[in-house]
Amino acid sequence: MSVLGSLSQLLEIVVALLLAPLLVGWINQWRAWLQNKSGPGLLQPYRLLHKLFNKESVVAEQASPLFRAAPYIVFSCMVLASAIIPTLSTDLPLAPAADAIALVGLFALARVFMSLAAMDVGTAFGTMGARREMLIGFLAEPALLMVLFSASLIPKSTSLATIVETLAHRELAIYPSLAFAGVAFVMISLAENARVPVDNPATHLELTMIHEALILEYSGRHLALLEWAASLKLFAYSCLGVALFLPWGVAEAHAPLELVLAVPVLLLKLAIGGVLLALMETASAKMRIFRVPEFLGTAFLLAVIGVLVHILLGA
Amino acid sequence: MNGLFDPARWIHLDWVLLVVIGWLLVGLLGLLALRNLGWVAKALFPAGGAIAVLLAGVALASMFATPQVAVLPFGLPGLPFHLRLDPLAGFFLLVIGATSAGVSAFAAGYFRKGEGTPPGLLCLEYHVFLASMTMVVLADDAYAFMVMWETMALSSFFLVIANHRLAEIRQAGYLYLLVAHVGAIGILLCFGVLQANTGDYTFANMRAQHLSPFWSSVAFLLALFGFGAKAGIVPLHVWLPEAHPAAPSPVSALMSGVMLKTAVYGLLRVTFDLLPAQLWWWGVLVLALGLASALFGVVFAAIQVDMKRLLAYSSIENMGLVFAAIGLALLFSAYDMKPMAALAMTAALYHVASHAFFKSLLFVGTGAVLHATGQRSLGKLGGLIRYMPWVAWLTLVGTLASAGLPPLGGFVSEWLLLQSFLFTPGLPSSFLNMLVPVVAALIALVAALSGYTMVKFFGVIFLGQPRENHLAQAQRAGAWERVGMGWLALGCVALGLLPVQVIQLIDAVTRQLVATGLGATVAASGWLLVPVDIDRASYGPVIFLLGLAASFALAFALVRVLYHGRLRRAAPWDCGYPWQTARMQDTAEGFGQPIRQIFEPFFRMQRELPSPFDREPRYRVVVGDHFWHWLYLPVADLVERLSRWIGRLQQGRVAVYLLYSFLTLVGVLMLVKR
Repeated sequence: MSVLGSLSQLLEIVVALLLAPLLVGWINQWRAWLQNKSGPGLLQPYRLLHKLFNKESVVAEQASPLFRAAPYIVFSCMVLASAIIPTLSTDLPLAPAADAIALVGLFALARVFMSLAAMDVGTAFGTMGARREMLIGFLAEPALLMVLFSASLIPKSTSLATIVETLAHRELAIYPSLAFAGVAFVMISLAENARVPVDNPATHLELTMIHEALILEYSGRHLALLEWAASLKLFAYSCLGVALFLPWGVAEAHAPLELVLAVPVLLLKLAIGGVLLALMETASAKMRIFRVPEFLGTAFLLAVIGVLVHILLGA
Repeated sequence: MNGLFDPARWIHLDWVLLVVIGWLLVGLLGLLALRNLGWVAKALFPAGGAIAVLLAGVALASMFATPQVAVLPFGLPGLPFHLRLDPLAGFFLLVIGATSAGVSAFAAGYFRKGEGTPPGLLCLEYHVFLASMTMVVLADDAYAFMVMWETMALSSFFLVIANHRLAEIRQAGYLYLLVAHVGAIGILLCFGVLQANTGDYTFANMRAQHLSPFWSSVAFLLALFGFGAKAGIVPLHVWLPEAHPAAPSPVSALMSGVMLKTAVYGLLRVTFDLLPAQLWWWGVLVLALGLASALFGVVFAAIQVDMKRLLAYSSIENMGLVFAAIGLALLFSAYDMKPMAALAMTAALYHVASHAFFKSLLFVGTGAVLHATGQRSLGKLGGLIRYMPWVAWLTLVGTLASAGLPPLGGFVSEWLLLQSFLFTPGLPSSFLNMLVPVVAALIALVAALSGYTMVKFFGVIFLGQPRENHLAQAQRAGAWERVGMGWLALGCVALGLLPVQVIQLIDAVTRQLVATGLGATVAASGWLLVPVDIDRASYGPVIFLLGLAASFALAFALVRVLYHGRLRRAAPWDCGYPWQTARMQDTAEGFGQPIRQIFEPFFRMQRELPSPFDREPRYRVVVGDHFWHWLYLPVADLVERLSRWIGRLQQGRVAVYLLYSFLTLVGVLMLVKR
């Protein structure tokens, strides 16, 4: 474990924690602009977090300790996830502890605790949200795994650092398998982060909400942690997409200059990605919940085709 | 067996036999106090648990020793029992001992006065069951194996029908007995093929035979049929969701957690030890059957409304995963890719161990719930985490392990299994290489669906509000029940956090079966699990858990320091509708509804939907199993017709029977005279 490695590990976590709300603010701002509204401003998510942390937490009478522990667990899962995804550097001391499969497991762990906490109070919305979240989860999780597999077949490794290192520092070659995987990944990310065709982050209409139904009973610091965790998840997914499909600019081991350069490069990529996401959300409409399995089934098939293409073409 | 009366000179095998004798003695002591529940529960079951711990210890030690053999002068004259304790047997003995220790401790607090079999008799059956499982694993000839296999089937049959006054329990027991014996015929015939007309049924002789590929395949298919029936592999699974829930909970735990593993043991023993070589299509067949069972099991588990049936279907799923891993090991082994075979085999054995712990834990957890509430139906439970916190939190450990979530035991085996799929490209057959992504995708889907199922299981039982009023009177679990559950939960956590140490144990078994192991590779990298190479894949559960714990603690502390820790209790948000009741929560049926819709072709569904004009609208949906209607009912029909036809022989007149005897005699004479 080198000093530079520990430094880049720390930098990654701090950058993720600080920038994740900014990414949400950026997307919301662009969405407002695209819909001819003036928008709440880039810093609105920070103000929201600060406000929520200051408020007292109101917890339902019958809530068990699981309900109060869940926000911290979900938050820690997301912090760990952003620590192991090689966004700025591939020289991360924590990365060997969890590979691509463990990363999917980490997201699943967060989802399970989130759903259990939503069922804890025992209101109709919570349980309905939990059921829908798990429905999306069990469709998206294998698809995400297959996307990661099609990327990991190229360097024959499931270690995220090795994958990104191979993809970023190779001669420019086009992998058809990654094209399929890329499309699948975008679809999965939309579903997993409760974005528009699957869920609407702006809605509080009872019958359509999924993510909002899960966190309906939360308030104060618990809600703040969950909101922060949600933005960290979006950030982690964006970084994962960037790391897999546009990995240029990620620092290698023993390259402090690259590490300094990696931050503005990442910011640029995320800024463009955010605008595209806002554009996609504005251009499409939310689908019925029972169309979601078809949507995610398509993503699953595309990811499997990606793996097949790799094996068939050997590339 | 030299130095019989000098424990210092005892070999491991002697100690295991001492364990068997100890269990039989404990069982017989139960007979002395047939109806004295206090004596049976508080003295005999804990004693059985202590003996189980001894078995686990001896088995652990034996895995590092050379194989030991013994001959017991039991049974028929000239046909003694041959016993052998090798690493494969040692591993399964370890699983049996470690799991049953927790289950026995739980059983000490579980059995109550009630209907059915008296506690003393139950104690005898229970310990005979444990002893016979131990002996099955030790047996080194077909005769001893079959006797013990049958003892195991019969003792568990009597345990299943412990509450024999209920008609459906008798029915479940009958079905179990039937399938167990159909399977036993397959195993018996398999041994018949393996001895290759030498007339010597010891396993040592079978190892020495060189069967042709055809007869090898016949033996393999018979073994797959016999052991598949015991393991609940599709399409021989129908007895499992009937019999496992019918038994008392500690027995369900033993059956699902331990007995199913003897089927895995038998399959491994026959295919990798007794048969001379493996053919590639065996691997494909086992892989396909395993995947079909895994998917079938998990989809059916997701829609169950009875908590024990849900767990039984989940056992089918997990046995399917184990079989899929074994299939992969067979495939690699047939193509002589030894390191890959070792990886897949390690995944299979790891899953055997972790399934033993988490499924036993979940079953005894349902037992505690059943006792506290008297309910098995998910629709009438809810909110129990507030009344029985110990049971709830310990069950949560099993739930997370069963859902295959890091950092617990279930995840490690799934991780190893997926790793072995990833390294499959490289098989000499391009067709098989094409199959790999499909198979890996199915494994991933099964893992994700089991997460869905487990959230339903835990959420509906323990979370939310109690769906019935009397649930508020649910008592907490007793001390023995907590000890048993705590032991099993500890096992799940240990299997999750110490994969390196566990795989070094499994290494001895894979060395025996596929001639190589992961032990050396894994030991080289300390606390990090590295099956092949650090650049290829690594997983560090301890670092993973520490990372989670550290960020949990930091977040908690920072929120308190920078802001505050104020909290107010209030009524939950009722959306402006003040008449909400606990019945308005999502039910188990509701939770299964998306699965019913997405996987509709899997089910045979009968729906009764209310019309708008009904006075008393009723909604009813009955979900059946296609296999029952496509396979079992036609076979039962055929058997019935055949027996009716043969029944015509039965005339009831002595003269006719004398004629039969005469004709038989003439026929035999003709055959003998030639």
